[in-house]
Amino acid sequence: MTSMPEKTTHSIITLTVNGDEHAFILGEGAHQVSPSHTLAHTLRETLGLTGTKISCDRGACGCCTVLMDGKAVLSCMLLTVECAGKQITTIEGLGDPATGAIDRLQQSFIDHTAFQCGFCTPGIIMSAKALLNQNPSPTREEVQAALAGNFCRCISHYHVLDAVLDAAQKGDPE
Amino acid sequence: MKSYRYIGKSTPRKDALDIVTGRTKFIADLTVPNMLYGRILRSPHPHALIKSIDTAAAMRLPGVKAVLTHADVPDWRAGFPHHVGILDSKVRYVGAGVTLVAAETAEIAENALALIKVEYELLPAVYDPEEATQPNAPQLYDQFPGNVFPRDNLVFGPHTLNGVEMGDPEQGFAEADFIVEGTYAYENIPNPLPPESPAVIASWEGADNLTVWLGSQGPQVFKAAFQRRMGSINLVSYGSPVGASYGAKYASWQYALPAAALSKATGRPVKLVYDKAEHLAAFTLRLGSRIRGKVGMKKDGTVTAMAGDWLVSSGAYSECTQAMVAVGCGEAQLMLRCPNWSLKPQMVCTNRSASGQVRGFGGQELKCALIPILTLGMEQAGLDPVEFFKKHYIKPGDGFYWREGKWWVCTGMDYSQAIDRGAATFGWSEKWRGWLNSTAVSGAKRRGIGVGVHGNADAGEDVSEVYVRLEPNGAAMIHCGIAEHGTGQRSSLCKMAAEILQLPLDRVFVTPTDSLVNPIEIGPVGSRGTYAMGGAVIAAAEDAKRKLFELMAPKLKAPPEALETIDGMVYVQDKPETKLPWIKAMQFHGSVMGYGRFESDFSKPNFMMIFTEVEVDTETGKVELLKVVGATDVGQIIDPLSLTNQLNGCLGSAGIDSAIFEETVLDRQLGRIMNANMIDYKWRTFAELPEMEHAILESPFSTHQFQAIGMGEITPSPGPSAVLMAVSNAIGVRIHEYPLTPDKILTALGKTAPSERMGKQ
Repeated sequence: MTSMPEKTTHSIITLTVNGDEHAFILGEGAHQVSPSHTLAHTLRETLGLTGTKISCDRGACGCCTVLMDGKAVLSCMLLTVECAGKQITTIEGLGDPATGAIDRLQQSFIDHTAFQCGFCTPGIIMSAKALLNQNPSPTREEVQAALAGNFCRCISHYHVLDAVLDAAQKGDPE
Repeated sequence: MKSYRYIGKSTPRKDALDIVTGRTKFIADLTVPNMLYGRILRSPHPHALIKSIDTAAAMRLPGVKAVLTHADVPDWRAGFPHHVGILDSKVRYVGAGVTLVAAETAEIAENALALIKVEYELLPAVYDPEEATQPNAPQLYDQFPGNVFPRDNLVFGPHTLNGVEMGDPEQGFAEADFIVEGTYAYENIPNPLPPESPAVIASWEGADNLTVWLGSQGPQVFKAAFQRRMGSINLVSYGSPVGASYGAKYASWQYALPAAALSKATGRPVKLVYDKAEHLAAFTLRLGSRIRGKVGMKKDGTVTAMAGDWLVSSGAYSECTQAMVAVGCGEAQLMLRCPNWSLKPQMVCTNRSASGQVRGFGGQELKCALIPILTLGMEQAGLDPVEFFKKHYIKPGDGFYWREGKWWVCTGMDYSQAIDRGAATFGWSEKWRGWLNSTAVSGAKRRGIGVGVHGNADAGEDVSEVYVRLEPNGAAMIHCGIAEHGTGQRSSLCKMAAEILQLPLDRVFVTPTDSLVNPIEIGPVGSRGTYAMGGAVIAAAEDAKRKLFELMAPKLKAPPEALETIDGMVYVQDKPETKLPWIKAMQFHGSVMGYGRFESDFSKPNFMMIFTEVEVDTETGKVELLKVVGATDVGQIIDPLSLTNQLNGCLGSAGIDSAIFEETVLDRQLGRIMNANMIDYKWRTFAELPEMEHAILESPFSTHQFQAIGMGEITPSPGPSAVLMAVSNAIGVRIHEYPLTPDKILTALGKTAPSERMGKQ
């Protein structure tokens, strides 16, 4: 570990985050993406998108949940190199970037005070968003199942369920 | 009931938009220019002397800027009494800090740890608090012979409560119709486990200037407690939103001091963020609590005497165990009106990671063992526990010793109505079948019910000082050093100020949690946000309003007493058309400063009762929590949704679930915590939620003008003993230990042989 191996070839990967395409040089340099970097690390430390939170960093708590091609994934359990060519959506990418309007799910979380400390909230919202993408009218049990991987220690679960079901009910039939 | 514009109404949390958009910045989200990353090499041994540390290879790793051992760090001491250094030449638990590293990246710092060579001389370790006090037990500290922390610690002044001694216990037992005895323990040392791991950035500049960005429930308390101990330095503390704390991140020195030492050594800011394994295995846990107790009772349930030895297990150090014992002893008296007491705590250190403060603060730990002993008497007398608790919970006019040793007389509320409402909401009388009788049986599944109680007089603890600054554009800024840790208290303080000043809620703000602009603030602990901090905010807002009216009176040609304000305009009562905007009083370059101060008032205890129904599968041993009802009286609701959030929180943060499946499992051969990850440390998921209902009364309380009392801290605390009672009733057998995992249930039912559990501390 006294010296890092020098890479001379430049591999580049691209991924799209919240609609913006990013190209990264793979490597161990200060501004490069290492093959060992997780997606959570790249989002937070390289792109500065700190809305994605890291709690356990081992795939157990769901705090780092983001969308990959519309589906909920744990960004701490994915290497950035695995995400090449994918569409990533983080909490910062919800809503309408043109108008600045927030997603109705976010508004529903505000209306129901569906959080306490708020640390796990971005991950919960992204899991719920993935559910509503797939199932716009879920039952309470379906919401519970979809969020079963999201840790919330303050116990905001009851308000969260109200918020998600309320948002689903107010959703546009698409 | 008085109707308000904001108080008692649901309003969006002021920080809601930031939270749901991911814009809230927790400490891990911050960077400071030129920042280094800290990591801590931790001991793999539970008890050892450090013979040597070779840091040369780590120092040679490119990017490493400092490697500090116990010989290099400043002698800053923490704990009660001040006995914990940043690093020591002796390690006392697996996870104790051995070496601090600062490097250009977190990865380099992590890699450097593997290059440090440490030579240990292993010592025998002790994990059981009773064994620790035996003559031949390994000794953790030279200054604490027998591994017992001094009881005479003066944490709350010269008469700090260190037990409950009252009346004549011998006489009390003589007057009893019967006496019951038992030993119960709450020793699963659960972790409150907030999702955000402990985190800090520290920046030492020049000879004696330290700035900390601190993820803490009490960032100003860290400054107040440590700046003198660190050599009378200039300490600036920036608090931040806290990814929850539940008390655990109140002291904060465990992570702030190592980061400060690394910054002092490197001359650069250092960020230190625990990983989750450190958070679970090396950060503070709940106290262990074991009571061998004796209760004297009359046939009608009147308690004539209560005596017991309370063995308090604090792990490798005392973060503030004496303070928790003091408050716990006070709270015991709130729960149990009894003229004759002898409750003697003994605080013991053992070779596991330390215990520290968690909501419930000594009282939860005490009640989880004390209430089951009382239930032995209730069972013998055939008493309904709800009626017993109603009879024995403190009433106005009753006295009690509080944490500082002073005798207080309750001027608060009789909570009997809340108890009745809770029992009705739960359907208690329909379901109660007597002691050790199940409520319903369906095949192998048996249901049972149980109830627990808790209350705290700290809702009015300590001084708070607040400034409210009125601005000419019709806005108000509350200068208060409160960190938001999840209760919504910053928002609720805004509602109080907005109500008094009759401003739109979006024109009222709280300053950042910054020691440069705010008075010292002890923070939102012990449910003191509503009464103590709220009291200071109300006083400051009233003071500001009075000064505004004095400035405006000549301009409106009316005496100040005749003025009112709404939405940034001042008008003459009865003549609302005679009005002027605030700017006319202050001018565009002025403001008005109001000041408010709250002084300690321990005479108004709060209250929480939890009713639970469980279903036990007698074939698998699994306990399912079916229903929870919380009952309380809060005087006046400030924010309904924030209140229900806090009440629902009774399950988590080492609360009710610490009776069912939550525990920190210690390997007693190696001294290691075996479940230091979030798969093996069990927590409640969205998939398994009990039915949850609350009975919330609003009987005007003699606190401040909004007649409210806080109670967020205590919502989990009655829960574990309620579950223990419910499970014992369901299966018809008493169980003496938490958590009620399937092995304990099956053993109690005689279906498996008792086994020595490695998890018991």
